[in-house]
Amino acid sequence: MGDTAMLATRGETADRAPPLLALSGIVKRFPGCLANDGIDLEIRAGRIHALLGENGAGKSTLVKIIYGVLRPDTGELAWRGAPVTITSPAQARQLGIGMVFQHFSLFEALTVAENVALGLSRRDDRRDLRRRIAEIGQRYGLPLAADRTVHDLSVGERQRIEIVRCLLQQPKLLIMDEPTSVLTPQEVDTLFDTLRRLAREGCAILYISHKLAEIGALCDDCTILRQGRVVAECDPRRETAHHLAELMIGSALGTPARSARAAEGAAPRLAVERLDLAAERDLGTDLRGVSFTVAPGEILGIGGVAGNGQTELMAALSGESLAARPEAIRIDTTDAGRLGVRERRALGACFVPEERHGHGAVSAMSLSENAFLSGHVRKALSRWGLIDRKRTRGFAADVIEKFDVRTSGPAAEARALSGGNLQKFVVGREVLQAPRVLVVSQPTWGVDARAAAAVHQALLDLAAAGSAIVVISQDLDEILALCDRIAIIAGGRLSTARPTAAVTMSEIGLLMGGIRDAAD
Amino acid sequence: MSFPLTTFILSIMTSSTPLLLAASGELVVEKSGVLNLGLEGMMLVGAVVGFAVTYHTGSALLGAFCGALAGMLLASVFAVLTLSLLANQVATGLALTIFGTGLSALAGSSYVGLAGPPIPILDVPVLSALPVIGPIVFQQNGFVYASFALLGAIAWFLYRSHAGLILRAVGDSHEAAHAIGYNVIGIRYLAVAFGGAMAGLAGADLSIGYNTNWAENMTAGRGWIALALVVFSTWRPFWLVVGAYLFGGIMYASLYVQGTGLAIPSQFVASLPYLATIAVLVAISRDRARIRLNAPACLGLSFRAAG
Amino acid sequence: MLRIRLEPRGERSLLWTVASPVVAIALTVIAAGAIFALLGRAPGEALYTFLIAPLVSDNGPPELLVKAAPLVLIGVGLSLGFRAGVWNIGAEGQYILGAICGAGLGLAYPETPALVLYPAMMLLGVLGGAALGAIPALLRTRFNASEILTSLMLTYVMQLLLIYLVTGPWRDPEGYGFPQTAMFSPDATAPILFEGTRVHLGALTALAVALAGWLLLGRSVYGFQLRVLGQAPRAARFAGFSENRLVWLSMLLSGGLAGLAGLFEVSGPIGQLMPSISPGYGFTAIIVAYLGRLHPLGVLVAGLTLALSYLGGEAAQIELKLPSAVTGIFQGVLLFFLLGCDLLILYRIRLTRPRVLGAA
Repeated sequence: MGDTAMLATRGETADRAPPLLALSGIVKRFPGCLANDGIDLEIRAGRIHALLGENGAGKSTLVKIIYGVLRPDTGELAWRGAPVTITSPAQARQLGIGMVFQHFSLFEALTVAENVALGLSRRDDRRDLRRRIAEIGQRYGLPLAADRTVHDLSVGERQRIEIVRCLLQQPKLLIMDEPTSVLTPQEVDTLFDTLRRLAREGCAILYISHKLAEIGALCDDCTILRQGRVVAECDPRRETAHHLAELMIGSALGTPARSARAAEGAAPRLAVERLDLAAERDLGTDLRGVSFTVAPGEILGIGGVAGNGQTELMAALSGESLAARPEAIRIDTTDAGRLGVRERRALGACFVPEERHGHGAVSAMSLSENAFLSGHVRKALSRWGLIDRKRTRGFAADVIEKFDVRTSGPAAEARALSGGNLQKFVVGREVLQAPRVLVVSQPTWGVDARAAAAVHQALLDLAAAGSAIVVISQDLDEILALCDRIAIIAGGRLSTARPTAAVTMSEIGLLMGGIRDAAD
Repeated sequence: MSFPLTTFILSIMTSSTPLLLAASGELVVEKSGVLNLGLEGMMLVGAVVGFAVTYHTGSALLGAFCGALAGMLLASVFAVLTLSLLANQVATGLALTIFGTGLSALAGSSYVGLAGPPIPILDVPVLSALPVIGPIVFQQNGFVYASFALLGAIAWFLYRSHAGLILRAVGDSHEAAHAIGYNVIGIRYLAVAFGGAMAGLAGADLSIGYNTNWAENMTAGRGWIALALVVFSTWRPFWLVVGAYLFGGIMYASLYVQGTGLAIPSQFVASLPYLATIAVLVAISRDRARIRLNAPACLGLSFRAAG
Repeated sequence: MLRIRLEPRGERSLLWTVASPVVAIALTVIAAGAIFALLGRAPGEALYTFLIAPLVSDNGPPELLVKAAPLVLIGVGLSLGFRAGVWNIGAEGQYILGAICGAGLGLAYPETPALVLYPAMMLLGVLGGAALGAIPALLRTRFNASEILTSLMLTYVMQLLLIYLVTGPWRDPEGYGFPQTAMFSPDATAPILFEGTRVHLGALTALAVALAGWLLLGRSVYGFQLRVLGQAPRAARFAGFSENRLVWLSMLLSGGLAGLAGLFEVSGPIGQLMPSISPGYGFTAIIVAYLGRLHPLGVLVAGLTLALSYLGGEAAQIELKLPSAVTGIFQGVLLFFLLGCDLLILYRIRLTRPRVLGAA
């Protein structure tokens, strides 16, 4: 591993040799957005270099340029001091750059060995594949069974395939794009061991993340991006997480205000009791014996790594999937398990699904029509089978105004809105229906910090007004900041809910990893 | 009267071959993630061109080759529209059928009623004299041998070659394939062209091998049945043969029964292949899990490379 | 070397939604001219015969309405279904069964007064077509079977049924052995709207259906549900719209309309049942639906346009001695060009020169 002539150790020798990869003046523009605005970056062999920034800061774009997926509008790249043009991922791989994407490029219906083979362009690399997969697996702590089909694998195992693919080509620079958003805390530790070992052997690592604690634990250097520009370079081990956050966000954002707490002893608004549900999708997770209650004014957080049943739980709660027993889900005093979506809305339950495009909203339709989508029940937006256009437009305008949605008006198409604005609209649409119960999934995924704060405040205000709220989220920070109690979903089972003030990170990590607590 | 088993089996084989050829080509196309509903149109074009060339030159081989070429040319129109111009694949496939039907009728108008030369039987000496097996395996026309050879080649290609692996990957997730760096559009162009050639070959078989004449709309729905066959086989080559022979058998049986003059009205018997297609589709499709597992995940979806 | 790139517009271009069919028609006319030339006819004269002559002749416009009526009736039903992703390709078969059912009544009770008989025939036409449309709906919702293939297979079966009936049990005993039924009695014939023409009640019904369809699509909750289902099936579930119910409604509606079209055609212009009662209306209606942008009013205009292609084909057969397939080619080419031009609704074409890197 690594080139002996360039064997770099942490120390002065590394500083005198030219950097492994140097970018200067990189500019990349997309319609309506300047993703990279004159970025300079230097990466040295044997070092773990963090690229820190919020969603939308330009990290993904920059990295795609390095990997040859995109070409910069202007700017230069230099590999070991010599100018280079990277025109395709295949060429990047030839140079010695490997990349593990945030969204895996895996083929569900094919086996591990076939998936690895597909990532290797040179025929020589594909020789003797099974043996080499086993060897690398052993050496770097990434065990994989070559003949299993990918759709049977867990997310952590899938990531291993991506890493093994890269390692088989003996990269000199390994790029990891948000690798830990889908891992349990224990899996994160395993990954970090692997990365440290690689760095010791001379491989450079470019580690993209927005998770400050991890960067502080793992990385030697850090470049911070904000709105397409480099705003700081530092040694993350010497900075506080607080300072890094400020540099990343660019201004101090107040923490959302929590006012009233849940009324003690009140009857639960939402009660789920031993909910079992077989997954509909082939790759879904069956729900087993899920139970929890939410009191009026309370916010319950359901955390967990993606793919452990959150989607199925959301569908069961909203009525898109029907439970086997009507009493498995109770809204106030009504058995709602077998009721459809519209009936549940009539009972006072509203929902915000995980994906705003194609699920929570129809991209090509106007905000007015999207308001009708979920509001037609509680806001009485139709009469005699015909749509009441005036009322519908009024409702949409109301949402736009009250939730500060930046758009030209109710006639604007949903896809013309930015992620944050559309999310504000989707959440606001439900909140303005004055629900007694609100279930939200991934409320601030892919949303800029300002809009995320607005969404959080809306949820807190709704709880203060007496609604019961369930927040399903992968972002533990979000849950810990917002929620009164937290439960963890793993493998389709839900842990008992504990007060957020009383729970520790290691407890949470164990629960996410599927280790049930003794009380269950 | 003894039942002429050998003749029966031989007739089923010649009846099934066009179905097998067309379905094999469509299998490759669908494995790459493209749904081409224009099989009827491509088969008819292949049939008319194949017949015309064979009629004028006397060579079945040349006719078959030209029929395949015609099918491939028509398929490339489909490819340009759906792969480069991002048109809806269902609508474009239908347009292909309508256009191909009309084009073949126009081109073939002067060939209606003419009789083409009989197709040479490729006889393997000695072996073909074996009872029952002999004629079936060693005394067929070129199309029948080609159908098995091609299907075997396709199966090998898909499951044993790296290029076939890439094709299957493209059909499974074109986003992932593109992210890795494969030319999704280019691969699909090749697949669609191949499917068109196979459909054209199937059509040529109809007008040169199975029949030796041309008539408007002579495919009588075989292209649609071939599409159903691909679903029936859950996109696996072995089951494609089973399905093709099952249907070829039903189509032949309906002709046979009509010939014996039984009291059943001929139209009822003639509708059997179509009803059977429906029955088979239902039987396979109801197992949603199996369809999801085996159907290429990107089937019918348009792909556009970003950036 | 220049590269051609597709740049997404970010929203549907209204200009191109309307312009695309016009450009497609223009391109088709040019292509048709080329095809005529290849077939050895003078393009200008041939195009005139095909496109203009049918309109300016005496009975041209009424004949246009006669041909357009079934196309619009079927097209409206198909356009609503297509919007929801319900692909009823078997409208031809539903047309045939509707014709058979309605005709059966008319042939059985020819002496019943028209005021009772004809509405009953219309009703049977609708029910027959809807009944056949119900089968693919059932097979899709219960068994997940593709309605494209099932509805199409049923079309072949219906064609065989029709042949069976007109050569067997329903054959006219005084018809000299020809495969056809007796002519319909005056009470069982479609009422004529304009004296001296063949324009019948079907034309008026088609207009009414198009207007009703427009209202349904734009204003009704059902129309909204169809649109959402076609664009975002998960959002439709989220909204509480039942996909199964929409599939049923779409198939029953489009099947019923196709059946009604069949009834009008056999009780009107054709006057009896015979082996061939449609020059492919069920398939051409698919093109009509697309050309009309899947909108009932657009379907109205598109129906008239494609009716012209039928008249033109007939004229080309008579005047220019060209085979009837000319119509099919024209229609197929039109659909091709339309699908190609539609790209411009969502994307812009950009010509780019590849950047020279490192010139910094």
